[in-house]
Amino acid sequence: MAGTSYKGADIEDVDHFLKGGGIDSEREQIIGQHIGYRYDVNLLPDYDRLTDFLKGYIEFMGWEDLNWLEDVHMGYDDGKPAVFDRNINGWVAIPDSYDLPDNQQDRDMIARELLIKFQMSPDHPMVQLNKAYRKF
Amino acid sequence: MAGVNTSTDIGHEMGLHTEPLKGRDIKTMFSLENEGGFAYAFAPDVDFNKRGSVDCEGKEATEINGEIRELIKSGHGTVVLDNPGAKHSIIVGILHRMNFIVNGSLGYFGCGLLDGPMVRISGRVGWSFGENMMAGVCVVEKNAGSTFGAAIRGGDLVCKGSVGSRTGIDQKGGTILVGGDTGAFSGFMMQRGRMVVCGNAGKNLGDSMYDGTIYVGGEIKDLGVDAVPADLTDLDKAWLTRKLTQYEMMPKSGVDHFTKIVAGKQLWSYDNLEPSEKKLVL
Repeated sequence: MAGTSYKGADIEDVDHFLKGGGIDSEREQIIGQHIGYRYDVNLLPDYDRLTDFLKGYIEFMGWEDLNWLEDVHMGYDDGKPAVFDRNINGWVAIPDSYDLPDNQQDRDMIARELLIKFQMSPDHPMVQLNKAYRKF
Repeated sequence: MAGVNTSTDIGHEMGLHTEPLKGRDIKTMFSLENEGGFAYAFAPDVDFNKRGSVDCEGKEATEINGEIRELIKSGHGTVVLDNPGAKHSIIVGILHRMNFIVNGSLGYFGCGLLDGPMVRISGRVGWSFGENMMAGVCVVEKNAGSTFGAAIRGGDLVCKGSVGSRTGIDQKGGTILVGGDTGAFSGFMMQRGRMVVCGNAGKNLGDSMYDGTIYVGGEIKDLGVDAVPADLTDLDKAWLTRKLTQYEMMPKSGVDHFTKIVAGKQLWSYDNLEPSEKKLVL
């Protein structure tokens, strides 16, 4: 969409990327991929929606809030809900069997919880990277 | 971990396999079980109540960092650094929960590459403090040099005094809190995350920012390319109040006066540039 001010989809429907994958504009159809993030990266967390698991994680780490998890949101990859794991530089899909809440704030809390469970798993790829490359 | 598509073969995990890749994404399915607790599987088991100390007097950074690692290996969860003498590159590459108390000031590149610790520094810090931080909390009681929080990706980086120029350059996440003023080009090439400046901001604030949010309580000298004001929402106010109260930095006048700056997103596509600007770029 050359010459226009198109900057990616305005996300109004929480299921927007589940329904259409975010390939909406003429430009996106030409290039075959969505322009911009598939979630609002600037959405601040609503602390009233913290899960018990996340409260336990915050207490364990000695923090007073979500800290780095404030930047974690539920995104949508290839039309499916997923969360981006910066440690593997890839999307981690959320199982189809998981019931998604009807609002992004609760979905973000689920994404944070599941990402912690994945990253702290002994099977996380970073465990192998740590064995292979850690210098001290 | 049930349900995760992983292999026990290290070579495969390192990418030494031949199946065709269809794109940039690595698709992995979650297990809903919590098999690993709250810490990385390779993180040492430390106790916050077990306290050790390092006297930095007359020692090089390598020696100081080595002593810190030895204390961590022996289970110390709290380490106190005395006489840091503004030495460079101290407390780096700590990838788990820890408490650090620094009685004094740090030099360049202090507290870099952190992923989890809480650090409290009673003095000042030099250039590029907290660069590439992934998670954790760093609180500096006095002033900080330039490029404070360069390329930070997560966590809270707090300076209760004023900071130099290019604060949060290339910020990719996390929160930078400044109690005083910040210099020119703060938020330069910011990509996401949040920056809060309780005092004034220098020239070219948020220059070439692609995303993220900057909140300024004082005056803004001027805005950089593609940085634009936005409305302060109730969620912004609640988050600012929570964060500033947490670090005892809440202004007496509250947060209603803060100016919110976001990306205009005109730089997301060169096609949107005016012909004359395009000519200059080419």
